[in-house]
Amino acid sequence: MSGAVAHDDHHDHHGPPKGWQRWLYSTNHKDIGTMYLFFALFMLFFGGAMAMYIRAELFMPGIQLASPDFYNNMVTDHALVMVFGMVMPAAAGMANWMIPMMIGAPDMALPRLNNLSFWLLPAAALMLILSILAPYIFPDGGTPVNTGWTLLPPLSVQAGMGMDFTIFAVHLLGVSSILASINIVTTILNMRAPGMTMLKMPLFVWAWFFTGLLLIAIMPVLAGAVTMLLFDRHFGTSFFDAAGGGDPILFQHLFWFFGHPEVYVLLLPSIGVLGLIIPTFSRKPLFGYKPLVGGMAFLATLGMVVWAHHQYTIGMSLGATNYFMIGTILISIPVGLMLLNFIFTMWRGSLTFETPMLFGIAIILMFSFAGVTGVMLAVVPADMQYHDTMFVVAHFHYALIPGAVFGLYAGVFYWLPKWTGHMYDERLGKIFFWWTTISFNITFFPQHFSGLAGMPRRIVDYSIQYTEFNVISSIGGFMFGLSHLLFLYIIFKTIRGGAKAPAKPWEGSQIGTTGLEWTLPSPPPFHSFTEAPVVK
Amino acid sequence: MLPHKRKRALPTLLPGVGILLVSGLAQAAYEINLNPPAATITQEIFDLHMLTTWIATIIMVIVTALIIYSLFAFRHSQGAVADQEFHNNWFGRWAWVLVPVVVLGIDLSIASSASSTLSSVESHDKADVTVNVTGSQWKWTYEYMEDGVKIVSNLKKLEPTDPLYLRDVDNPLVLPTGKRVRFLLTSSDVLHNWGIAEIVPKKISIPGYINETWTHITKEGTYRGQCYENCGTGHAFMPAVVTAISPDKYTQWMTEQKTQAAQAATEASSDKVWAKEELVAKGQEVYSKNCLACHQAAGQGLPGVFPALAGSAIANGAVADHIDIVVKGKAGTAMAAWGPQLNDLDIAAVITFERNSWGNTAGDVVQPKDIKAAR
Amino acid sequence: MVHATHADKEAYFIPEPSHWPIVAVSGMFLLFFGLVLTINKMGLVGSLILVSGFALLAHLLFGWFGTVIDENLSGKYNGQVDRSFRQGMFWFIASEAAFFITFFGCLFYLRNITLPWLGGEGQLATSNILWEGFQYNWPLISLPDADTTKYVPAKEAMGPWGIPFLNTIILLSSGVTLTWAHWGLKKNSNKQLVRGLILTISLGVLFFGLQAYEYWHAHHAMDLTLNSGVYGSTFYMLTGFHGLHVTIGTIMLIVIAVRSARQHFTEHNHFAFEAVAWYWHFVDVVWIALFIFVYWL
Ligand code: HEA
Ligand code: HEA
Ligand code: HEC
Ligand code: CUA
Ligand SMILES: [Cu+2]
Repeated sequence: MSGAVAHDDHHDHHGPPKGWQRWLYSTNHKDIGTMYLFFALFMLFFGGAMAMYIRAELFMPGIQLASPDFYNNMVTDHALVMVFGMVMPAAAGMANWMIPMMIGAPDMALPRLNNLSFWLLPAAALMLILSILAPYIFPDGGTPVNTGWTLLPPLSVQAGMGMDFTIFAVHLLGVSSILASINIVTTILNMRAPGMTMLKMPLFVWAWFFTGLLLIAIMPVLAGAVTMLLFDRHFGTSFFDAAGGGDPILFQHLFWFFGHPEVYVLLLPSIGVLGLIIPTFSRKPLFGYKPLVGGMAFLATLGMVVWAHHQYTIGMSLGATNYFMIGTILISIPVGLMLLNFIFTMWRGSLTFETPMLFGIAIILMFSFAGVTGVMLAVVPADMQYHDTMFVVAHFHYALIPGAVFGLYAGVFYWLPKWTGHMYDERLGKIFFWWTTISFNITFFPQHFSGLAGMPRRIVDYSIQYTEFNVISSIGGFMFGLSHLLFLYIIFKTIRGGAKAPAKPWEGSQIGTTGLEWTLPSPPPFHSFTEAPVVK
Repeated sequence: MLPHKRKRALPTLLPGVGILLVSGLAQAAYEINLNPPAATITQEIFDLHMLTTWIATIIMVIVTALIIYSLFAFRHSQGAVADQEFHNNWFGRWAWVLVPVVVLGIDLSIASSASSTLSSVESHDKADVTVNVTGSQWKWTYEYMEDGVKIVSNLKKLEPTDPLYLRDVDNPLVLPTGKRVRFLLTSSDVLHNWGIAEIVPKKISIPGYINETWTHITKEGTYRGQCYENCGTGHAFMPAVVTAISPDKYTQWMTEQKTQAAQAATEASSDKVWAKEELVAKGQEVYSKNCLACHQAAGQGLPGVFPALAGSAIANGAVADHIDIVVKGKAGTAMAAWGPQLNDLDIAAVITFERNSWGNTAGDVVQPKDIKAAR
Repeated sequence: MVHATHADKEAYFIPEPSHWPIVAVSGMFLLFFGLVLTINKMGLVGSLILVSGFALLAHLLFGWFGTVIDENLSGKYNGQVDRSFRQGMFWFIASEAAFFITFFGCLFYLRNITLPWLGGEGQLATSNILWEGFQYNWPLISLPDADTTKYVPAKEAMGPWGIPFLNTIILLSSGVTLTWAHWGLKKNSNKQLVRGLILTISLGVLFFGLQAYEYWHAHHAMDLTLNSGVYGSTFYMLTGFHGLHVTIGTIMLIVIAVRSARQHFTEHNHFAFEAVAWYWHFVDVVWIALFIFVYWL
């Protein structure tokens, strides 16, 4: 099993190629994973800077900083950057790094395709930046993309040239995700070491398996939808225009057919990370491994058929509305099963509280909260009151930040020793945890109240009865933003040095899992398993 | 999870104290919960909301308790030893059935009460009053279908310190209490969403389609909501206000409206030739009501978004083009066709006004009959 | 190979660093960038960028596939690599299927929900107040907005039994000839393989020609354009994307035919052939759905 280590010092061309070509031309899953992770980190700051602008604008009633269209442009791109540029690439980076090591593969199944999937992302980011700049740099650039990330027509038909750039940015992102998913699914199915049966795979691998399947099914739908939008804008079709027999709601159906499974795409990799972290620091095997896998399959399937809960106010038939409501509420079953299984994993364990575990526990708590507000939103008549208020914004930041982003942070801390060969600074890690968790709650908890009181989302300016909640939220937001500077510092400090990490940095790392990642040294050699290890 | 007491204000912490003080006053009227219902239907929804809120709270209490207990009971530092066989005991073997069954039970009880409330929201019984609500960028137009009266409801411009900042309009929708009111919602340009939490659940306004919802207001008063679907530049500036009055007062009000409307109509369709000053004065009024939101007070527009009318080629060029764009609008842009919305006199007046203001030098006068001809 | 010392067929082939992906990215970026400029009427610059992106992509396809072919011929791929390719192709076709299902979904939604609603079915007042006199019909020859100038309704609908039916037969036969070619490959008859492929390609080209004629006819004689309401929109979107896939498929078939003529494939090692065959059959199946739902029903 340690064959790879022995070959470490073989011939020189085994080591990484030198210079910029190493990155630009890479076919190595670890290098590509690293690029994904750095790209995501960069986008976190890019999307975060836009969030800081949003919070600054909402700090007080009145228009503080820029025009309403600019505001909504920032909301749009904040969401697109965070979802497509940050969470998904970070999760894909972890998949790249860890899946081949976990299942004992030499690399990803299709290494060149892997490189292509990554490099499409910077191109897409460039497109997005062009979409922001278009109104200012092109004559007749028109209105900024002021639609929100849902890009709903007819507003998106009115928008200027920036919308076309956004559409093609979405295309590039879509191609990237589809190719990456094809690669990951193929790797999981075809590259497992002898003896590594599907039911021995670490939960993270399973999570990505379902994520990949979901992406293959839904990204083309989004691509189709924005293509139709492009045609309505420029080539005279009338898909979304009643005068020609079309329907703006059709776009919503397509968008949310993509959009709802997409939230599970964001969630599942983090659930996978939790499935490793909780057992590790509880020193006890994962509770209910098979039910968890089954639950993810159930979640992915059910998640595909409940999309219209984002559109309860569009005037569907009573039967359809009831169906979507009940389907949506039922999602609490698989998710509840997952979260409770994590709690039962801690039960009668032997807990220690390193940074990843702190995040893990906080995620269970805060994501449950997001989930129960989600169930409140799923109740149609009540959603007719909550819809498009800040209550929804609060719900989904609770879902996205603990559910997805914190899961990735936890993964970063959990695997930093493996990736860099150095232990991170535990004290700073803990400070970072408390700082983010507290300021996150200060930012988004008040939004439940402003939302219930009626404050709409996507507004640049609000009436003064919402002032207090927004002030609190903005202050929390700035604190939350600043905490990320510490995050950056911890990461770079760990890369540059620190206590040497052993192959198995966590005492409980391998309890109850057959994952092979801990059998490699930290950092692992350039080529992980050149000879397939055998799992018994 | 959602306490029902008002949170304490924390004005001392902050800079802009002035604004905050006023906001504290304005907020006194509101809760941090959903706005108190003032109609049968919203009352029903409110109860449902409280039910789900309590269920959510209880679930959170249970989850939190489980976690906190394990944090203290199973600490490595306190010598806890992990039970490696825990997942193999009876609970470990049956949890995957037990948990879903319990959750399913809770789910179904939520769903069943939700479903019955939903049926009342979606019931389309005969109504006493029918109002057609049309959203456009960025105002609401209300048309009483039985009486043929039309109200255009624009944002009232107030200072950001005013308690009603962004919450008040020039002409609110007036409705009777104690009657069943049916709303037909549509839009003239992009999606809008008409929502006033106290009295009516939201329904989206779709251009080219009509959606339906209803209310039965139980208390007199003024209820304030907003546009809840992003509709572009003015989305934050599209309040929806309803004044509910007793049926008697309502009948009286309606009679007044009808007389006024009849007067305006005769005036507009008379063959009178108007003087330039009259038209400019009237045009200014029409302008601030309908056009100012986009083209701005001094006709300067918003660069890159709404063209300036001051010095614009159209406002200084051939009058036919000017009439054409105002009457027919421009498809695919925010510039709506005003022909169906304004009468001949109003359009003539606003065009005359535009051609003679802000340094525009066309100098000509457009009469209602020119508009009639151009329609 | 990664390990010269272990250069047996058992090790999984990990390619050396390659510049092709980055060329692909640049090509796609330029293509899209140029497209945006072109459709926003930015003149020559836009078109030049568009064309350069296109050229780069064409160059890329030859280069990348060329590399893969060379690697394959020099025996670097073992069975596991072959399986990776197959599975990759399978999931790729799955995503293509999702793409087409989207457009079919739109067609069903428009026909079964949108248009009846516009035509006044159910409890909703839409047709009485907004589109008076609009009757739901499919194919949509009269539009809800009878006096719009934005859209020009088609004069008549496209019937199924002329060219479309002929095309169905052509595509189905091309599936048969392709399978025949595959049999040839399996029994090591290069002649049958190449002939089968040439037949298939000819049928593909024939299909393409007929489709082009149909478009021309629709445009000029029937006023059926992208501009004629949702009927035109869905018609061209579905048949257009299908046509694009036929074109790509035909190009791939040509490449495969040339490679077959050069004896690249053996009865055991012919992933490329099979990938293209799957693709072609997939395009076939899409056409049948198209024939039924777009032309016929
Ligand atoms: C990671 C992302 C993520 C996740 C996981 C979820 C999870 C869920 N979401 Fe959320 N959601 C979003 C991201 C996410 N959402 C986003 C981004 C939007 C807004 C998009 C936009 O408009 O821009 C949104 C909007 C949104 C809406 C639309 C609101 C509106 O616009 O009016 C609804 C309505 O049903 C909803 C519901 C749910 C539900 C039921 C779940 C469920 O999956 C939650 C299930 C989890 C639990 C229930 C908790 C754990 C369970 C237990 C502890 C067991 C016991 C529980 C019960 C019996 C209730 N979400
Ligand atoms: C994964 C997705 C994700 C993530 C991580 C975030 C993160 C954040 N979001 Fe995001 N958000 C969305 C997804 C996400 N959001 C989506 C989908 C929408 C809906 C869009 C729509 O309506 O169309 C939305 C909308 C949205 C709104 C509503 C806007 C509106 O409707 O008007 C707000 C308002 O508060 C907001 C705030 C924040 C904040 C403060 C953060 C913070 O967590 C960000 C924290 C990170 C940083 C700040 C890092 C940067 C740090 C620095 C730059 C250092 C410097 C620091 C300082 C200067 C203080 N977001
Ligand atoms: C919702 C925003 C909005 C409102 C309200 C609005 N307009 Fe416009 N208007 C526009 C936009 C956008 C254009 C630019 C259309 C284009 O792209 O040519 C425009 C163009 C014009 C032009 C042509 C200007 C030029 O030089 O191109 C005139 C004249 C005009 N509007 C008059 C009016 C009048 C009169 C009213 C009120 C009765 C009005 N507008 C209300 C958005 C609006
Ligand atoms: Cu109208 Cu928002
Ligand atoms: Cu959803």
